[in-house]
Amino acid sequence: MPATNSTLVLGAVAYDAKVVPIWDGFQRWFASQGLDFDYVLYTNYERQVEQHFAGAFHVAWNSPLAWLQARRTAERTGRIAKAIAMRDTDCDLTSLIVVRADSPVRSLAELRGRTIGCGAGDSPQATLIPLEHCARAGLVAERDFAVRRFDVLVGKHGDHVGGERDAALALLSGEVDAACMLDGNHLLFANEGIFTRGATRVLARTEPFDHCNFTVLDGAPEELVQRFERLLLSMRYDDPRVRALMDLEGLKRWCPGRTSGYALLESACERFRVLEPFLARMSVA
Amino acid sequence: MSAARNVPRDGAERVLDLGRCGLDQGGHVLLARALAGCAPGERLVVLGDAPELSIHLAAWARAAGHGVESADSRARCAGRLVAGSAHLARFADAERAGATDARDGVHEQAPAHWGLAARGARVEVGSPAFDFALAEKRTLWADDVGALYAQALAAQWDPATAIPWDAPRPHAAEVEDALVQVLTYLIENETAALIVPARFAARIHPHYREVQQLLAIQAADEARHVEVFTRRATLARRELGLSTAGGQASLKTLVDEPDFAAASLLLSVLGEGSFVNLLWFLHEHAPDECTRTIMKLTAQDEARHVAFGVAHLAREAREEPTLVARLAAAIERRHDVLRHTAGLNAEVFDALIVLAAGGFEPERIAAGHAAVFELTRQMHAGRRNRLRLVGFDAEHAERLAGLHTRNFM
Repeated sequence: MPATNSTLVLGAVAYDAKVVPIWDGFQRWFASQGLDFDYVLYTNYERQVEQHFAGAFHVAWNSPLAWLQARRTAERTGRIAKAIAMRDTDCDLTSLIVVRADSPVRSLAELRGRTIGCGAGDSPQATLIPLEHCARAGLVAERDFAVRRFDVLVGKHGDHVGGERDAALALLSGEVDAACMLDGNHLLFANEGIFTRGATRVLARTEPFDHCNFTVLDGAPEELVQRFERLLLSMRYDDPRVRALMDLEGLKRWCPGRTSGYALLESACERFRVLEPFLARMSVA
Repeated sequence: MSAARNVPRDGAERVLDLGRCGLDQGGHVLLARALAGCAPGERLVVLGDAPELSIHLAAWARAAGHGVESADSRARCAGRLVAGSAHLARFADAERAGATDARDGVHEQAPAHWGLAARGARVEVGSPAFDFALAEKRTLWADDVGALYAQALAAQWDPATAIPWDAPRPHAAEVEDALVQVLTYLIENETAALIVPARFAARIHPHYREVQQLLAIQAADEARHVEVFTRRATLARRELGLSTAGGQASLKTLVDEPDFAAASLLLSVLGEGSFVNLLWFLHEHAPDECTRTIMKLTAQDEARHVAFGVAHLAREAREEPTLVARLAAAIERRHDVLRHTAGLNAEVFDALIVLAAGGFEPERIAAGHAAVFELTRQMHAGRRNRLRLVGFDAEHAERLAGLHTRNFM
C-alpha cells in the first residue's frame, strides 16, 4: 500500500531480530511526541530501494551502498535523493586489512599472489572499500590476488558481522593470508578473544568513510519529513525513554546527514561495476 | 578525508599514558576513568605503546560517543579524545534505592522501578518496573527481622553430622511403625511449610531483603526437615505410612491462601506454633536418640519461624487496626472450609499415643493418651497466647485458638 501523508513511514532492512524492538520503541517515542510513525521491513536493500522509488514509504534507513543505489537511480530518473540524518557512529569509519603477526607479508604489494578474505560481496566495509584501497595501491582483485568471500546474508550489505568474523577465523586458520574488517570489529574480535594479543598485525588502513543514512526522495511529504528529522535530531541519550533504543541501534546522538563520506565507496562501485546490476533491474542502466 | 564529526567544542587538555596496555586488554577502563573527570569538550591526549592503539582508540571513541582527533607530534601519542556527554548521561538522573543498612530505615513503599537493584544502589532511570505484589513495609516488616535472620543463619545445622543416625533403636517394631506414621504426617506438613514462604518470598520487593532472606532460609529449613524426617522414616522401613484426604484438605487451604498476613497467621502463628509443641512432645517421647535429636533441632527451627510471624503481624496490627478483624475472618473461613473434614487422621493420633506410651501395656497406653491430651491442651494455650501477642483480645484469642485446624498445621 502506498504511503499516505498523515503517517511517516520508514523502510528498513531486517538484518537482525533486534530491528523490530528498535523501531517499535522509536514508534512509541515518536507517538509520544505527536508524530504518527510506522515502518516496513525488507529482507534486502535492493528491494527497499526499489520500493522507495515505488512510493511504498517515505524515508529509507539505507546502507551506504543502498544510498548510492538510490542516488544513482535518482540521477538517472530526474529525481532527487537526499541524506537527512545519520548516527554519530556512521561517521569516519575505517576498514583494515589484517594479517597474522607471523606473516611474511609486510606491505600491500606483498599480497600479490595471495588470498584475501573479505565479508559479503556487497559489504562496503569488509569487501568493496578494502578492495578499492588495494586497487589504489596497484593491486587488482582476482588479477593480483585471490578473493575469498564470506558471503553471510547477501543483500544486507554487510550489516551482519558474520562475514567479517568468518574471514577473521579463516585468517587465523591459515585459510586466507589477509582479512578485511571494520576498525571497530578488529577491536571487537580482540575483546571476544578471537584475536589473541599479538596474533594479528594491521597491514593497511583505509581512508575514513561514512556508513548508513536516512534517505528521502523528492516528492516525500515535506512537513512530515521535517518533523521526523527534527524529532530525530532532538533525541537525547540522557532521555531514559530512548537511551536503550539508541544503545540497540548503536549511537549516542543523531547527526544531520552528510554525503561527503561516500567517495571511497563510490569509487569502488565504479571500479567493480557494483551498481550496474541494480540499475539494470531498475531499468535505468 | 571526511571532517571529524564528534568534536563538541574546544577545551582544556589532559594526558593519559596507557603504557603497554591496549584496548584489547582492558585499556578502556583507564580511558573511562580519565574521561569521568572530563567535562564535555575537554581534550584527553592518549599516549601508549600497544600495537594498533590509535586504530582501536578511534573505534572505541566513536562507539562511546567521544570525538577523536589525530595523534599530535609528541612521541607515543595514539590520538586526542574530545570528551562527549554520553558517558555522563546514563546515571545523571539515577535515583538511590533507599539506604543500604536497614537500621537507617526502609521505605514505607518500595517503587516498582527499583526492581532487583540492591538496596542502596543507584538505579538508572528507565529501568523496568517489576510486579512485586508485596511492596509495603507495613505488610511485611518486623523490627527485629535482621536479628532473626542472623539467628537463623547461626543456627543452621548439617543433617550428616548433627544427627546420630547410627544410634541404637531398642524399641519394638510396632513403636517403629507408629513413628513412621507420624514422620509421614510431618513430611507432608513440612512440605506445605516450605511452599508457602517460598511462594511469598518470590513476591516480596527486594527492598525488604531481610524478609525475603528470612523466608528463604525458612524454606531451606523446611527442605532440611523433609530430608531428615524421610531419612529417619526409612532407616528401618522401606515404605512410609498413610497420607489422608482430610490432612491434605487442611494443608491445601494453607497453600492456597493468597494473603500474606493471613498465610503468616495460619502457617506460622497457629500451625508452626502448634508444631513446636508437637516436636517437643516427640522429643520427649522419642524411642531413640536419633529421633530425639531430630525433633529438638527441627523444633528450634520452627520456633524462629513462629517468632517472625508473630513479630511482623503484631507490628502490622499496631499500624493497621483493621488487620485483626481480617485475620479473624481468615481463621473462621478456614474453619468453615474444614468443618466437614476429618482433621488429624486417627492413625496419627493413635501413633502419638503409642509413642508416648512406649509400649502396649494398658496403663502405659492410658498414660500415652493422657500425654497426647495434654499436648493438645498446650497447643491450644500456645495459640491463644500468640494470638494475644499479635493483638487479639483475650476473648477472641480464646475462641479463635479453638477454631484452628485439627490437623495441627
